[in-house]
Amino acid sequence: MAKETPTRWDRRMQQRLAHGEAAALGELYDRFASLVHGLAHRVLGDEDAADRITRDVFTHVWENPEAYDPKQGPLRSWIATLTHGRAVQRLRQTESAALVRSGQGTTEDLERKVRHASAAARADYIVTAMPAPLRAALELAYFQRRDYRQTAVDLGVTEDEARRRLRLGLQLLSTAHDAGASGTPPGPPGYGRAL
Amino acid sequence: MSGPSPFSNPDDSEEPDIFETAAGAGPGAGTGGTNAGGANARIPTPRSSVEDTGRPLPDHVPEPLVLDHRVLKSLLGAWALAACSAEESFAVEDHLGDCGPCAEEALRLRDAVSLLHAEESLDLDPLLRARVLEGCLTRRPPRIPVPDWAVAYDAEAARLDALLQDIGDSEWHAPVRLRWYEGDDRVSRKTTVAGVLTHLMSVDGLVAVALGLDDPLFGMAPEDRRTPESRTESFWRASHFPPTRAVRGPWRDQSHAVIRTVSFAADASGSAGRKDRPSGQLPVSYGDFTLPLRDAMLDRAFECWVHAEDIAEAVDYPYEAPSPRHLNRMIDLAARLLPGSLAGRRRAGLAAPARGLVAAGAPGRTLRLEVEGAGGGQWLIALDSPGAVGSAAHEVAHVALDGAEFCRLAAGHVTPEEAAAGQDGDREAIHDVLYATAALSRM
Repeated sequence: MAKETPTRWDRRMQQRLAHGEAAALGELYDRFASLVHGLAHRVLGDEDAADRITRDVFTHVWENPEAYDPKQGPLRSWIATLTHGRAVQRLRQTESAALVRSGQGTTEDLERKVRHASAAARADYIVTAMPAPLRAALELAYFQRRDYRQTAVDLGVTEDEARRRLRLGLQLLSTAHDAGASGTPPGPPGYGRAL
Repeated sequence: MSGPSPFSNPDDSEEPDIFETAAGAGPGAGTGGTNAGGANARIPTPRSSVEDTGRPLPDHVPEPLVLDHRVLKSLLGAWALAACSAEESFAVEDHLGDCGPCAEEALRLRDAVSLLHAEESLDLDPLLRARVLEGCLTRRPPRIPVPDWAVAYDAEAARLDALLQDIGDSEWHAPVRLRWYEGDDRVSRKTTVAGVLTHLMSVDGLVAVALGLDDPLFGMAPEDRRTPESRTESFWRASHFPPTRAVRGPWRDQSHAVIRTVSFAADASGSAGRKDRPSGQLPVSYGDFTLPLRDAMLDRAFECWVHAEDIAEAVDYPYEAPSPRHLNRMIDLAARLLPGSLAGRRRAGLAAPARGLVAAGAPGRTLRLEVEGAGGGQWLIALDSPGAVGSAAHEVAHVALDGAEFCRLAAGHVTPEEAAAGQDGDREAIHDVLYATAALSRM
């Protein structure tokens, strides 16, 4: 049970799912449902739609556990990528339908909206997955309105280091804007292995 | 998933200037410039001034600091977050007019700041779990299913875990009073939210032990780990500090391990061709009594819900009743345990003596228990002996009460007098059955 390295947990989970163990599916849900639902909700802004994506993603993983390649990165980022792709696809579908129906707005507006939602979801993931020291620095500076000198004191690091962490944290976060919003392979950055 | 991220080890790298070479790879690249009127140059011009961002400027213009490029660059993150001094801000902004790469990065980081937002605590609908899992299992039937008598425990543990996820550090120390019956006396014990979870883990451990898993009380004296109460008390005693949220992980790991193990155990007995016997007959000792595994799992599901309600009440969160299907199984277990509970009270002189001898397996005087609401049903309770069979033809009394009320009574949370029950027939039988229901409660 406990004291497993994440990689081992991922591999074992994959084997158990492949073996058809319903209890493993429950554990998978318990670990990742809030991630999946949260990302889908960030993209789609709708509870029911996020529920549907959650169902789709877990069904996909349960039916295709072998599609996960542990060499490509953690299970968590694979699942995040799946979620992101599906949610963005869904957003584009509903927005296109709305566009056709109402005749208002342009394809460009649609793409901007999709891009915006996509980046917001990726940013959420990046924040939760970034190294804890960077996240702590951003939290102090942004949410608690501490300047970088106070941040340095709070974290017990030099002012140089505080500046470095704030800059690096934002640099990581800014990659959420990278890549097309399509969510199609090769997949969006931000769910990569290093995070 | 294709390429590795550029930040293969962000903590070790020193000042990675990833954007000095990445200029131009902005969003929108690749979406094509076919739109005739579309302004395709959305890439910011390097020298645009910070005034264009619409951010308020500092109130006064201080003396410019003289800082070198390296320091100014290192300030870009703090600047974007408005987390440096006015003098430094001014120096950075001055610099941005002269330095293309820094201006570019500055805009990028400012954009990144707009992506930060307070984490919303989105409560995942607890019913979603069952829907998602059911959908999956229909599409691809499992080779190793969770036995139907263990599903309620799986669901209740997941519901409690979701509640625990949402509560803050200090709420783990919120006071909780556990209440139950001993004989005709209501007793209670003060603990905390974390203490309740420790209690659940200690007693779940009885099932774990029966399954051959590790006992969370490993190393303690046998007498200290015999009954639910002794296990809980010795677990509480053994820790030098009051329990904290740290118990959540071990509790959850154990519940997952139990579910996994009973799945395999049920599968093994099934494939061994024991169709004559339902799965889950493995005896689980509670010290003073024993339940077959399938009933022990329902008991643990019930306890998990009851204590989840205790916790929810302590931290002022709403908490729903279990799904009707699961509630029905829990009520069914209580109804099946009632004749035994009644006999125990009789032996202790707390209930009226049996009216007659009934041979095992023969019908005897019966009380009809009608539980209303979702998950309810009717149960015929044999009054004279646990071996007798309840029979509609021998009905001497009828009690009707709401499902949640019946469970609160069985949990010791309301008294038999308080329990709002519709009653008809033999008053003594009704009195004894309501008290026998309360006597099912324990710590």
